[in-house]
Amino acid sequence: MAELNSKIPQGPLETKWTSYKSQAKLVNPANKRKLDVIVVGTGLAGASAAASLAEMGFKVKAYCYQDSPRRAHSIAAQGGINAAKNYQNDGDSIQRLFYDTIKGGDYRAREANVYRLAEVSNNIIDQCVAQGVPFAREYGGLLDNRSFGGSQVSRTFYARGQTGQQLLLGAYSALSRQIHKGNVEMYTRHEMLDVVIVDGRARGVIVRDLVSGKIERHSAHAVVLATGGYGNVFFLSTNAMGSNVTAIWKAYKKGAYFGNPCFTQIHPTCIPVHGEHQSKLTLMSESLRNDGRIWVPKKLEDAALIREGKKSPLDIKEEDRDYYLERRYPAFGNLVPRDVASRAAKERCDAGFGVGETGRAVYLDFADAINRLGHNVIEARYGNLFQMYEKIVDENPYKVPMMIYPAVHYTMGGLWVDYELMTTVPGLFAAGEANFSDHGANRLGASALMQGLADGYFVLPYTIQNYLADQISVPRISPDLPEFIEAEKQVVDKINRLMNIKGKTTVDTFHRRLGHIMWEQVGMARNEQGLRNAIEEIKVVREEFWKDVKIPGDAFSINMELEKAGRVADFLELGELMAKDALMREESCGGHFREEHQTPDGEALRNDEVFKYVAAWGYKGENTEPDLIKEGLNYEFIEVKQRNYK
Amino acid sequence: MALKYSSITKKVIMSLAGLFLIAFLFVHMTVNLLVLINDNGETFNKAAHFMVSNPIIQFMQIFLFGGFIIHIIMGIVLQIQNWKARPKRYKVAPYSEMSPFSKFMIHTGMLIFLVLIYHLYNFFFQAKTGNIEHVVYNGTEYEDMAKLVLVKFRQLPHTIIYIIWLLLLGFHLDHAFHSGLQSLGFNHNKYTPTVFIISRIIAIVLTVGFITIPVVIYFYRQLPV
Amino acid sequence: MDLTLKIWRQPNASSKGKFVTYKIKDISPGSSFLEMMDELNESLVTKGDEPVAFDHDCREGICGTCSMFINGRPHGPDTGVTTCQLHMRKFKDGDTIVIEPWRARAFPVLKDLIVDRTAFDKIVQAGGYVSVNTGGVPDGNAIPIPKVDAELAMDAAACISCGACVAACKNASAMLFVGAFVSKFALLPQGRIEAHERVQKMVAEMDRQGFGNCTNTGACEAECPKLITLENIARLNREFLAAKLGARKGENVRGGGGI
Repeated sequence: MAELNSKIPQGPLETKWTSYKSQAKLVNPANKRKLDVIVVGTGLAGASAAASLAEMGFKVKAYCYQDSPRRAHSIAAQGGINAAKNYQNDGDSIQRLFYDTIKGGDYRAREANVYRLAEVSNNIIDQCVAQGVPFAREYGGLLDNRSFGGSQVSRTFYARGQTGQQLLLGAYSALSRQIHKGNVEMYTRHEMLDVVIVDGRARGVIVRDLVSGKIERHSAHAVVLATGGYGNVFFLSTNAMGSNVTAIWKAYKKGAYFGNPCFTQIHPTCIPVHGEHQSKLTLMSESLRNDGRIWVPKKLEDAALIREGKKSPLDIKEEDRDYYLERRYPAFGNLVPRDVASRAAKERCDAGFGVGETGRAVYLDFADAINRLGHNVIEARYGNLFQMYEKIVDENPYKVPMMIYPAVHYTMGGLWVDYELMTTVPGLFAAGEANFSDHGANRLGASALMQGLADGYFVLPYTIQNYLADQISVPRISPDLPEFIEAEKQVVDKINRLMNIKGKTTVDTFHRRLGHIMWEQVGMARNEQGLRNAIEEIKVVREEFWKDVKIPGDAFSINMELEKAGRVADFLELGELMAKDALMREESCGGHFREEHQTPDGEALRNDEVFKYVAAWGYKGENTEPDLIKEGLNYEFIEVKQRNYK
Repeated sequence: MALKYSSITKKVIMSLAGLFLIAFLFVHMTVNLLVLINDNGETFNKAAHFMVSNPIIQFMQIFLFGGFIIHIIMGIVLQIQNWKARPKRYKVAPYSEMSPFSKFMIHTGMLIFLVLIYHLYNFFFQAKTGNIEHVVYNGTEYEDMAKLVLVKFRQLPHTIIYIIWLLLLGFHLDHAFHSGLQSLGFNHNKYTPTVFIISRIIAIVLTVGFITIPVVIYFYRQLPV
Repeated sequence: MDLTLKIWRQPNASSKGKFVTYKIKDISPGSSFLEMMDELNESLVTKGDEPVAFDHDCREGICGTCSMFINGRPHGPDTGVTTCQLHMRKFKDGDTIVIEPWRARAFPVLKDLIVDRTAFDKIVQAGGYVSVNTGGVPDGNAIPIPKVDAELAMDAAACISCGACVAACKNASAMLFVGAFVSKFALLPQGRIEAHERVQKMVAEMDRQGFGNCTNTGACEAECPKLITLENIARLNREFLAAKLGARKGENVRGGGGI
């Protein structure tokens, strides 16, 4: 495969999706009943896709590793979901949401996809309201909006600080309805361990029942992977403990190309790391930056005294505070995009101005907002976030400024998909965070929920149908085909191999080592030497893992260590690919910052001449270099500029 | 029949019966307190006679017994469901509850029911079977219930049993009125705190009102010669 | 801090379990409860023992997966938090901590501290939704909703279906969970449309799953990590009564699973 066909419809940007929909092939109701679709993952993208496809009449089988589809990590998204409704009459439009998303993504996303995303964003809000999602409202009864980083309008819809939860419950409810009707077979506590390919098409999956340990073969006419992101490759991230890359990694190894693996988003407002046994990082909604002001002490000696616990932030006078985001970016101030805010925090901390015990924290101060709006308004807006902060840090953020530090949060990279969200393997689709498609090199706040639901509710139902229209004559696939038996055997062999290592070191130890390498060298700032080191170091850890990992118990019951081991084994391969991708991309763009490529005042420096493309990597075997295909990005409708938030 | 209802329907029926029983207890207490009037029991005997002879009251008695039976049967049926819902108990018992008595409704309820049988035997059946002294006021003959009460409550063991019984009833009632309203769907953040206060007042008034009778009789009344 | 842990161990659903005592040293008071469990497990694995199986995922108090009954309290000795948000500073050096799984007939133990809460999903599947398909819905602002109703609905919708209410209730009743689910729809115009049908279906399924019923003791409210109130149970009762009394002949959804 030398070329990637992104199948972008012809015509002007505004009509591409409409004309696609009007030309896409349909499947009649009687035939839909005969077609099976597997959906792996039940987050926003998976649950909404499974529910919508089942409503249309397809027979759906859905899988999640959690004990209930409602627990997928979409639930943890706090801040909100964007839509170009322009309810606030502040000049928003589909065009503007599209433009902000492309610009926010540092011109590394496909125009057609992003425009479609902005286009269906409004339908999502309508859909969720109809499902009974309790969005925040104004006193007049209409929907309320808040503003978010990277945009100059208020277009973010929210449900307190639990927007992801409420949207997921909407999708979960719709999914539950279809389960009850018998249109969806739901498999909880099942983890997908391989994709099965028959005659070049994705025809099923191999899953492990996490309770009985049984390996099962499941077949369908098409497979959708909506399995989320791979931020846990960094060990510490804001992802759920179980979030993993396994499903899309197996797809990659079965021939699906992996797009932009190095594009990782570091979220600027997380609770700083406290100790070595920390298991995960807690994110606080970016919406806090609406009213909070970010600062560090101006004087190095003040910062040092604070770190030693001899001074409190309240002792630092106004003139001795450095509101560095407002200083560097007067137009956007504290609302610059996430990558910019994160790097600015790292820059200050590296320069010795960091606070907190470790010096890896900056202040997010609400004193001004509380004076201006009153305690009650701030409590209504952020009460649950403040409470969460206080429970974790044991400090009252109404009185003492919060401490925040960036943490790995979202992976823009993922399986390469075309306009129809199909990977390079026919019949294998990827949706939500699992694909690479809409956010370019950096995702704007409140856009992940938008993309997940757009893919699941409004894109996949059309594009899958277009694919399945050719499959109506294919009878139900048998899970006893030799390809299934072979795939199952490989999965069983791998589990046996892991169980039989019987080494001395725990899975978490390896995971922590990998995470350390990734965070230091493939994290917020990257350079050639570091990336080369990372590639070598990851190889070492991987070899040791396969010689020395220790997994107690057996494979025939709940075995958390075995589950983790399988996931870490895949992370150990993914990490290397991320480093290779980052090494190849000799420019800084969005979440990818190469220290060699920055402006004199430390801003990211893109190289559009050479790198205005999507890097899609293809697996070529265990000890063979992966294949790199470049999908050029043509900006026909907007002018490519250096991002400027000043 | 009762088994086929959903758990909420059973609760609703039980709470309606319970609220009816609270109303009955107020009537019962008011009549009982008449025994403390120092007229050799005349007012009380006349009232008691009215209660056992008036046809409307007799008719109402069917509902009263019905109320008891429904309240008890529903309570037991629901309790069995509840016990079955947790076949294995915790090693460390659950820690929190709203009121200390709310956890023991079935226990206080069962004890109240046992003593109730004893109570019915002592008074109700004595009166019904006519196995009782009579007294004449203005030419009409009345059952001398007052004397029966006096005789009973001059005996210490009997008085103690009754006081304990009434305290149990008080504990049961503490979780009665507001709980009944909650089961019927009444809970409002503005009114519910008041409902809780009313509920406790009901429990205290009924308990103190009933207990006054044996206490006053034991310490301050002599048997008529 | 040094602690003694008494933890329920049960290899699988069909086996008998027992309490096993573990000593653990040098726990940082800033650690979360689950990080303490991670440390215990890491030490068990290093010794070659099987780690204690427990449910957990997001570790930020929203997914509702974590579920331990700690010293007589679901989610342990703090209010308004899940086990993953519980911090060790809530305990004292030298404490003995007893950790049990949720106990309810409807939540059978799968292994150690992991229980099967599929019963909750079944209740939702019975009717916990607004029956709209994707597409063809009116504009989001077509029906204004009073802010107070939206807020009350959100209070109820905050439920994470962790099952702490069932675990805390002396009757293992799921009324707070069902009450929250019924309320969040009943309070909004979109959900009102099939409110009567929904409440009957969900209650019938709740009974079928073998939960106990509500005796208004309020333990659920006291232990709910999302501070969901008994008002939601009253609303459930109210909605249920209205549905049963208001249904036309033959339109009642048959309920009840017997005792």
